Amino acid sequence: MVRWFCFAAILATLLAPGTFQAPAPAEIAFDGSADFLKLPTDTYLGEVAGVATNSRGQLFVYTRSGNPTVGLGNSRLFAHGGSRLFEFDRNGTFVREIGQGIYAFLVAHAVRVDPQDNVWIVDEGSNQVVKFNADGRVLMILGRKPEAVSIRVPSPNPSAAPPSRGSSGAPGAGGAGDQFVRPSDVAFDSEGNIFVADGHGANARIAKFDRNGRFLLSWGSRGSDTGQFNVPHSIATDTQGNVYVADQGNKRIQVFDGKGGFKSQMTNVGVPHAVCVSGGAHQYLYSSHAGDQYGMDDAAIYKLELDGRVVAKFGTAGKQLKQFGLVNAIDCRTENSLYVGELTNWRVQKLTLHPGR
Amino acid sequence: MKAIFLLAAILAAPPAFGQTKAKAQNVPEISYESVPGFLKLPANLYLGEGIGVATNSKGHVFVYTRSGDTRLFEFDQNGTFVRELGQGLYGFEFAHAVRVDRDDNIWAVDEGSNMVIKFTPDGRVAMVIGRRPEAVEGLVAATPGAPDPQPEPYVFSRPTDVGFDAAGNIFVTDGYGNSRVVKFDKNGRFMKQVGTKGNQPGQLNLPHTMAMDANGNVYVGDRSNARVQVFDNDLNFKTMYDNVGNPWAVCISPGPHQYLFVSNSIPDNGLAQYRDITGEIYKMELDGTIIGRFGKPGKQLGEFSTVHEIDCRNPNELFVAEITAWRVQKILLRPTSSAR
Repeated sequence: MVRWFCFAAILATLLAPGTFQAPAPAEIAFDGSADFLKLPTDTYLGEVAGVATNSRGQLFVYTRSGNPTVGLGNSRLFAHGGSRLFEFDRNGTFVREIGQGIYAFLVAHAVRVDPQDNVWIVDEGSNQVVKFNADGRVLMILGRKPEAVSIRVPSPNPSAAPPSRGSSGAPGAGGAGDQFVRPSDVAFDSEGNIFVADGHGANARIAKFDRNGRFLLSWGSRGSDTGQFNVPHSIATDTQGNVYVADQGNKRIQVFDGKGGFKSQMTNVGVPHAVCVSGGAHQYLYSSHAGDQYGMDDAAIYKLELDGRVVAKFGTAGKQLKQFGLVNAIDCRTENSLYVGELTNWRVQKLTLHPGR
Repeated sequence: MKAIFLLAAILAAPPAFGQTKAKAQNVPEISYESVPGFLKLPANLYLGEGIGVATNSKGHVFVYTRSGDTRLFEFDQNGTFVRELGQGLYGFEFAHAVRVDRDDNIWAVDEGSNMVIKFTPDGRVAMVIGRRPEAVEGLVAATPGAPDPQPEPYVFSRPTDVGFDAAGNIFVTDGYGNSRVVKFDKNGRFMKQVGTKGNQPGQLNLPHTMAMDANGNVYVGDRSNARVQVFDNDLNFKTMYDNVGNPWAVCISPGPHQYLFVSNSIPDNGLAQYRDITGEIYKMELDGTIIGRFGKPGKQLGEFSTVHEIDCRNPNELFVAEITAWRVQKILLRPTSSAR
């Protein structure tokens, strides 16, 4: 009998309920739509890991779809497939698929659009970050996909970190800097520098690259001290170049300057899975909270000022409209019109907020 | 050359079970015939193992099959191919059952991805229950002799079948890994579960198939224990029928007088020692009274080659999906006065 490594079990221990307490913030009235995206009849979303819009309102959805597949090689197994990237227009009409059958698409984790409308995906299975231009052609690759899949025997010590599939030196050191272990997200500053949250695996760091993909620096290691991370799961930047990291296992959002200098932390947002900084003159921070591993018992989205003050929260956990099943991505280009991607509900919801209602 | 990533199913040793001869003796034979060539596939489509079959209120036939990939096909009431559903779906890995609820939603149970998937009649995904393991860390071999982990509310371990009551509550048999029946409300929220591995009343050893009657009772094919167990709507044990062999497939017909069909299928390893003691389907009253039996194992038309699911929307016009014959047969029963 063989079985998958079950990340959920570890997540369960990390997310033990009952430890989060905060005064109840105001609620925001909102509407939800789960059928905004219109897919061709033979095309389906799976777990929606990433959703992002570009400057023209087009949507990009990075989803775990189809089956992750292995090819049988000489004593080795080669993994591919398992995720797809779709583009929709501003009305939700399907436009096209991007990157069909590409080498890096294995286990989707994030899609983001940079200020020049390039489309970036982060794949936690291939350990790669891929930059597409607006035409859907590949411009840049960060990280390298492990050549083959290993079959491991279980560790006698279940708390021991699993061996990493990427090669990145000592955990947290950043190693050669260029290699990721289950990376989770990507963000950009106004100079075009690239920040990669890295990630679910033995690394627990933010890696910074220049606009040409050259490694600059990284910060963080596994732990709970200031500047340390326990699964840096999502990342966003504001117009000042500050970096907001959803430090999921530590139940906080940490804020850094662009060189990794710690500035502050927010501990009143539950268990953050996805963060987004809105556009516009007055920027807000949105953060999705999921307090249980199934997305069925405890969930909400928080709206915060960038200084950490909670403005409001909204939504509950579940499978119905206006409920959230492990929101793994938020797009907040427009402050009161959000798109959220849900892992356990296999959908993108369009949320319209009514702050004054 | 591709192999599907879930090597678990390939590498796992087949479950140890012994197929048994049904205790019921001198059961009247029900005469029947098989409709030749009922399902008509386009030239470039093929069925693989016939795993699941179900009809909707219009008589359309849904077939869930282990082909090169696991696929879900729809046929009309004449057997003409209509369409494929769920092409490339994240939850389609290794088919186990398909069922249609009273609103004509189509439900697929996949034991490879551990997902239960609800499609609208239009073929779009309306809800999913369970979570496919993330294909991130590769495969991990299990520790031999390690105790089974406690089942988690929303995580299945090779689930097998699904059923619904009048209130829309959802029941899932789970399955090859866990040994339980789980009840969810109509919105997919966990309500209750029953069962641990064992052979006592209320315990389960491979709950492989299930059906519900109009009163919301749950009939579970407890395959390796060679019995059908009946639970009430709150999953309290009521009774069991242990005289009809190892239930691979059960079905309860609708209407004012409901019947229970139970298949004592020949095992999919097809070993010769089972040939004379298995392969028949029983027609029963809901209280366990046997009305009659029909069928024998074999590969010819009208013979049964490891029946894996039965549709009995019309109790005299059954559809049976067979693993080892890669087909679905439409079976017309000819009840007589001696065996209705």
